[in-house]
Amino acid sequence: MLESFTAETLARMQFAFTVSFHIIFPAFSIGVASYLAVLNGLWLKTHDQTYLFLFNYWKKIFAVAFGMGVVSGIVMSYQFGTNWSVFADKTGPILGPLMAYEILSAFFLEAGFLGIALFGRERVGNRLHMFAVCMVAFGTLMSATWILSVNSWMQTPAGYSINDVGQFIPEDWWQIVFNPSFPYRLVHMVLAAYLTTALVVGAVGALHLLRNKADAAARRMFSMAMWMLIVVAPLQIVVGDFHGLNTLEYQPAKVMAMEGHYDSHPEGAPLILFGIPNPEEKRIDYAIQIPKLSSLILKHDLNAPLAGLDTIPDEDEPPVAVIFWSFRIMISLGFAMLGLGVWSLWRRIRGKLYNDDLLKRAAIVMGPMGFVAVLAGWVTTEVGRQPFTVYGLLRTTDSLAPIDAPAVAVSLISFIIVYFFVFGAGTYYILRLMNKPTATSGLEINKGPIRTAQNQFIATTDANLKSGAQGDNRGI
Amino acid sequence: MEFELSFILAMIIAFAVLSYVILDGFDLGIGILFPSAKSEQDKSVMMNTIAPVWDGNETWLVMGGGGLLAVFPLAYAIIMPALYMPIILMLLALIFRGVAFEYRWRTVRWKPVWDFAFFAGSVIAAFTQGISLGALVQGIKVANRAYAGGWWDWLTPFSLLTGCAVVIGYGLLGSTWLIMKTEGELQTRMRGYAKWLGIATLGFIGVVSILTPFQDPAYFQRWFTLPGSIFSVFVPALVGLCTWLLFMGLKQDKEAQPFLASLGLFVLSFIGILVSFYPNIVPPNLTIVEAAAPDSSLRFTLVGVMVLVPLILIYTAYAYWVFRGKVKPEDGYH
Repeated sequence: MLESFTAETLARMQFAFTVSFHIIFPAFSIGVASYLAVLNGLWLKTHDQTYLFLFNYWKKIFAVAFGMGVVSGIVMSYQFGTNWSVFADKTGPILGPLMAYEILSAFFLEAGFLGIALFGRERVGNRLHMFAVCMVAFGTLMSATWILSVNSWMQTPAGYSINDVGQFIPEDWWQIVFNPSFPYRLVHMVLAAYLTTALVVGAVGALHLLRNKADAAARRMFSMAMWMLIVVAPLQIVVGDFHGLNTLEYQPAKVMAMEGHYDSHPEGAPLILFGIPNPEEKRIDYAIQIPKLSSLILKHDLNAPLAGLDTIPDEDEPPVAVIFWSFRIMISLGFAMLGLGVWSLWRRIRGKLYNDDLLKRAAIVMGPMGFVAVLAGWVTTEVGRQPFTVYGLLRTTDSLAPIDAPAVAVSLISFIIVYFFVFGAGTYYILRLMNKPTATSGLEINKGPIRTAQNQFIATTDANLKSGAQGDNRGI
Repeated sequence: MEFELSFILAMIIAFAVLSYVILDGFDLGIGILFPSAKSEQDKSVMMNTIAPVWDGNETWLVMGGGGLLAVFPLAYAIIMPALYMPIILMLLALIFRGVAFEYRWRTVRWKPVWDFAFFAGSVIAAFTQGISLGALVQGIKVANRAYAGGWWDWLTPFSLLTGCAVVIGYGLLGSTWLIMKTEGELQTRMRGYAKWLGIATLGFIGVVSILTPFQDPAYFQRWFTLPGSIFSVFVPALVGLCTWLLFMGLKQDKEAQPFLASLGLFVLSFIGILVSFYPNIVPPNLTIVEAAAPDSSLRFTLVGVMVLVPLILIYTAYAYWVFRGKVKPEDGYH
């Protein structure tokens, strides 16, 4: 049993574990950073104190999440070297500069302006503060852009040649950065981040609305989040469809695994809604399927032939079961998000957005589902790339560092213990911040101080809030 | 041309690492000095002197690692497995330390835990950085484009010595930073610490400097034949000057001078290491030119560096400027 834990398996587990934890935080902080910029901008424009209150409320949550993102990200930037040094040597000439650009154009920007955005308003004034908030938001988007370019290049490599020691040599940077799957992935990921944040904000708003229907801040949160859902969820489904077509073109084996097509379908492939993949027999057991629909979705033609995994050599076949399931989780959650958005729109049109307790409960249940969907999506795309690190060119087995299994095992166990402890605590603190009251009348905003010089400032805005609270209960 | 390009980029990586050492050095130093805080107020003040800037400081570490991957992928691929354990330990330590900035304000019962995490994380991060440096100076075995040594090669008396040296040196940076940023009893106490940490740091610099030329005959040659021996006159002389400025500054109650003089000591030690290393990037055998990425990578990276690094330096300086001046407890910091 133990001998099955080779250095490669352990290194893969370690990468999967650390990257899964890490992706949670950017997925959230990309969305919250933009949300903060919008809130601050709306406050500056309308002088409506509810926006300022929300800015200060979400700012603390952002600070905790951002801190976790930073430290888990540093781990990622060194793991290529510790566990995957052959990969680093071979792809470094291409991926290294892209990551250097990420660091130079995004990490420094976020970190440099974070201090001012979090607690510099008093020192620099509203306009420069707004600039700092925008720079942080812009930094998170830049970061996503570069890292998605890196990831997409590993999926659909372009613009390279290979030298005599097996290194990928950049030939055309334009093709490398804007490789074939990059635009789809980037848009899909950024929208996922916005959806994730909208679900969280919506859940927090719903929670406080259940406690107090007249709570202006809770109404504002809930309303903004539901607008976001109804706009972004359908858009995401469309983008996801384009992304799928792109994947079919460049990584057909991945799509076969996603769809569960072990066999080729020369006369139109069915869409397998559910079933249980049986890798030994290479078939899907208990499949519930709709005839020809898969061909219609993927080829826009009911009778288009669709190749199956039987056309792929066994040693190039990705692990079907994982991809099959993770893909279905992502898709179902995507439609659940759309459902929530439609429901909220219908209640809004009826003028009952804040009165439907069932809707609020549903929003709370959906609160964490963005994270689940993001994780499932990444599992689909990353496991779908296997058994390659650079699709079709560099095998995972050939990417490993010359390391011993015990060393990887020890570091893996340490990461697991530390992550659960540290990020468990962080999640707990974030949940507690989200549980704090938002009723804007007579409330103490800043009991749990952030690490900053803002008490004085809060005292003045608190007074403003109290005086402005009466006319403010109308919601949106 | 190829030589010049890789050389320029090597200087930029060196600049990133030096920026990291002097910027995160003093804020890790705050963590190292954290147990010396006599009250909750002291702790808040100490942490708040770095709270708005530590994120940016630590980014230089990512830049050092990421830059190495971009420009010298082979060096990156060799150094990381060679220093596997110290690097993993450093990463874990930085996790604990990094989250402590937020977490300690969010809990009452667990505050001592996060305070300890801040302290221990800072000490371990500093220690493992020192160990990594020592292990690099000693040299790394390379065969067939890969690390060829054992898993414990990094652990030697010399690397333990450099580990301790970095902890003490960061402590000195932290204490002199606090002299600049605080007042009253805390500042007075830091003056006392800075004196002893200064003496200890110089002791370590001395011992490490004496031992370094014996780690490899090439180092010995470098320091005691021309042109390297030019440095062996100037570097010690400037170290002497910084020492004098440090202790005079402490004696005359200067505010910024001790910190700047301590930074000077770090810069000089760093130059000393560069002189020893050149033209290798991974001693004893892998040179800057051999480890360099192809020209097309170097050129692409260089464009970004030329445009973005000056911008980064400007807004980083601006952030420091915004949060300039003394941190007082009654500021309501935290």
